[in-house]
Amino acid sequence: MADDKDVLRDVWFGRIPTCFLLNQDEVTEREAEPYYLLLPRVSYLTLVTDKVKKHFHKVIRTDDAEEMWFEYEGTPLKWHYPIGVLFDLHASNTVLPWSITVHFKNFPERDLLHCPSHSVIEAHFMSSIKEADALKHKSQVVNDMQKKDHKQLWMGLQNDKFDQFWAMNRKLMEYPTEDGGFRFIPFRIYQHSLHTFIATFLLCFVPVSAVCSYCSDTRSLSSPTLSDRPFIQKQFRPVSPEGHVHTLGDLLKEVYPVALPNEGGPKRFQVVIHGIEPLLETPLQWLSEHLSHPDSFLHICVIPVPSD
Amino acid sequence: MSDNAESPTETPKEESQPPPDDTSTNDEKKKIDVLLKAVGDTPIMKTKKWAVERGRTILSLSQFISRFLKIEGSEQLFIYVNQSFAPSPDQEVGTLFDCFGSDNKLVLHYCKSQAWG
Repeated sequence: MADDKDVLRDVWFGRIPTCFLLNQDEVTEREAEPYYLLLPRVSYLTLVTDKVKKHFHKVIRTDDAEEMWFEYEGTPLKWHYPIGVLFDLHASNTVLPWSITVHFKNFPERDLLHCPSHSVIEAHFMSSIKEADALKHKSQVVNDMQKKDHKQLWMGLQNDKFDQFWAMNRKLMEYPTEDGGFRFIPFRIYQHSLHTFIATFLLCFVPVSAVCSYCSDTRSLSSPTLSDRPFIQKQFRPVSPEGHVHTLGDLLKEVYPVALPNEGGPKRFQVVIHGIEPLLETPLQWLSEHLSHPDSFLHICVIPVPSD
Repeated sequence: MSDNAESPTETPKEESQPPPDDTSTNDEKKKIDVLLKAVGDTPIMKTKKWAVERGRTILSLSQFISRFLKIEGSEQLFIYVNQSFAPSPDQEVGTLFDCFGSDNKLVLHYCKSQAWG
């Protein structure tokens, strides 16, 4: 693991140049200038945008301002997904800077969770770490930590302190050598928004009759405001019972085979983690230790290959 | 995020329920068993075991429990898995069942105040 420490650093310091624009329907007292930020991929939108709020509060009537929320090309952005995941899922292959629209009205209750304070983000973040450790170590590591250790993980993320965070996080990445990895790999697979998804299938790849087998979730189809399908999360071991090391490809084959290219067929999807496409032969345990977000989950985005 | 909130579709699951026959619908098969346990001084539910649709979210489940127990809207309800973490309100019970279910059911603890972490 020590040999690959540079990877941890590269992941931590990944940034996305972003331009925040005020929604045109907001009533302003004078013209709202855009606001530019380098967003940390591993952080959360509502954790790093206090300055954005302050900037736009200067030009809107603050009595009118409700909770701030973000949208990209019609899709409300879920603050409780890491920023890098939102970008890879909705905006990869876009021109930079990433152009995000800022709203202070009409909060989309159906799509977004409220985020009244940073403590809500902290609770969500710590809960993710606990959930991941339940999968990795039956919660043993996180339960053995003290309150101040939990705080150190959160403060490390909040204040962008790599060393502070990893001094504690490495404990969450340990496992008995004889096991060859964690009990289960904490992963989440996100699929590109449903409408594009169906359109892609309809236009390019499969007969119409086959669409339903991919999108059996008719509930999502009937509620057009639901912008994403839920993520896929299952139990998956890093090593097979026969001792064979599981790879990223093995995981996809098991839980989301549609993402893999058909033999001889054109590549339909990109499998993206932190903005890159790791080789499908990469061992899953290595990915979990090095490319997980600070919340301990390996977030994997499956997006259609750009059509041009 | 409040889909299904107005129309709870859980059905109480009695321990003595007859075994499912061939006429059970597809919808039924997509349901999982959830065991709801109260923590601390939170009121208990007489019926503990419920068959819940896999796609049901934690938020909609917690709204259902609140309504069932007539907990006031202003009061918060926390839901925990494994007595350790509070899943995000938009998480689906089916996913939690796949990852943390045991003996073919998902045990969830609910509480009016923060119980763990």
